[in-house]
Amino acid sequence: MSLSPTGALRQSGSLFAMGLDVLRTIPKRPFQLREFIQQAWFVASVTILPTALVSIPFGAVIALQIGSLTRQLGAQSFSGAASVLAVLREASPIVTALLIAGAGGTAICADLGARKIREEIDAMQVLGIDPIHRLVVPRVLATMLVAVLLNGLVSVVGVAGGYFFNVVLQNGTPGAYLASFTTLAQLSDLWAAELKALVFGAIAAIVASYKGLTAKGGPKGVGDAVNQSVVITFMLLFVTNFVMTAVYFQIVPQRG
Amino acid sequence: MGVEICVEGLTKSFGHQVIWQDVSLTLPAGEVSVMLGPSGTGKSVFLKTLVGLLKPERGSIRIAGQDITALREHDLYEVRKLFGVLFQDGALFGSMNLYDNIAFPLREHTRKPESEIRRIVLEKMDMVGLIGAEDKLPGEISGGMRKRAGLARALVLDPEIILFDEPDSGLDPVRVAYLNQLIVDLNAQIDATFLIVTHDIASARQVPDNIGLLFRRELVMFGPREQLLTSEEPVVRQFLNGRMQGPIGMAEEKDAAQVEQELAQLGEAEDPAAPGIPDLTPRLLPTKGIERPPRWEAIAERESLRQVRASARGKAGHA
Repeated sequence: MSLSPTGALRQSGSLFAMGLDVLRTIPKRPFQLREFIQQAWFVASVTILPTALVSIPFGAVIALQIGSLTRQLGAQSFSGAASVLAVLREASPIVTALLIAGAGGTAICADLGARKIREEIDAMQVLGIDPIHRLVVPRVLATMLVAVLLNGLVSVVGVAGGYFFNVVLQNGTPGAYLASFTTLAQLSDLWAAELKALVFGAIAAIVASYKGLTAKGGPKGVGDAVNQSVVITFMLLFVTNFVMTAVYFQIVPQRG
Repeated sequence: MGVEICVEGLTKSFGHQVIWQDVSLTLPAGEVSVMLGPSGTGKSVFLKTLVGLLKPERGSIRIAGQDITALREHDLYEVRKLFGVLFQDGALFGSMNLYDNIAFPLREHTRKPESEIRRIVLEKMDMVGLIGAEDKLPGEISGGMRKRAGLARALVLDPEIILFDEPDSGLDPVRVAYLNQLIVDLNAQIDATFLIVTHDIASARQVPDNIGLLFRRELVMFGPREQLLTSEEPVVRQFLNGRMQGPIGMAEEKDAAQVEQELAQLGEAEDPAAPGIPDLTPRLLPTKGIERPPRWEAIAERESLRQVRASARGKAGHA
């Protein structure tokens, strides 16, 4: 990446242009079903286990923090409500996004980057096949699907982890924990989280594909591309997360 | 029948660095042309520009009545179906075996049944001598085999234009000779327009109808083989003879005074009998068994006439 201001602008411009290209190419037939299924399977297989393993301690940390806070305030009956809210609204889409970008995105970027420097992508274009249609669109859709499903997994595992730590380790009351589940959280929180996961999945896959397809300069170039794709994805994810959360609070009335 | 490629005033640069400018040439339909040039003169860039992978700053490339520099991405994919390109390392898809690699364009672009695809793929693999290697992955075979597999893949859609990016780089001399023979045989069989980008002089002397030379950011000369092989232009002579004396230096170019001095020394040193009769390497002809179209009949006739004349001159010299 060049350090000149125009260089950065050009990069973001072409990244955005590729996002639009992907959007425009999605309805194009024939849909690459085989590639889509293979990629969805691949992304799922590299992310499921680490996601589950990360979300247990994540849910636990939230439960611990909230548990000690609510005890000091004398509001133990709300600890379930608060930890569900935290896991569902913020923790699960972010954990999903980090793992999708870190495990799925890097694999996509490295794969496409290696193909690019071996001239496979050029060969494909010369054979009259659009790599966006053949390679990128199935990967983006597959990553979005897996992100949405993973988000569900993280929510369940995170809440279960929180329950375990609060009830078993902090001597919370199971009944109070479960009963307060829906005092703060509502169903629209889940939809919002799934929507976030969908958007994060798309961003991670598009950035990874863009960086992979523009890799140059031999094997080192692929390494650099993977590195940059993770950094750029993380920055975009946190900004997007902030914006989506702010919008969500404006349009959906809150409980409590 | 092949398609004519008409290039006019083509200029390409990366940032401020001009690769070549104002390149104009016409690749005649159905003929074999070679683009020569020292390393780093943008031969591969030229080839990628021809297929629209790179956009030139100025100029036009007309293929089958369309200017491909002005086409939109979507139309470009249509025009590219006329092309077959052999990339330097074959550019095979690493995740597929050779059979699937070669079948790939057929599966993507045609609705042929699998049995028909099998027939075509095996025919092309036989043509490049790869029968028996269908199940190998590109990572498991030698560079020469990868090149031949890349060629087979470039051929399956029956292209009108075939571009070769350094078909001889990284191959041993025997394999280069076989590959050159294969190129000539192919030209006689499928009659497509060929462009070979290379810096191998031996191939350039034997194979093509036309030769072009890129040097110092421009096209020095483009014309029939005989014209370039007998040319007095210093750059052309230096390159085609592969010698150090001349305008081409280790780092791009030399200053004029030094060039003149070197050439003067060379002139003194040269065998006084040799100049005047430029040595024309005989052309490579299609293998005997292959039916020659009229174009190749004419070339073969010209070649045998020249040989008769050359041997007559040799006898006269002895007597």
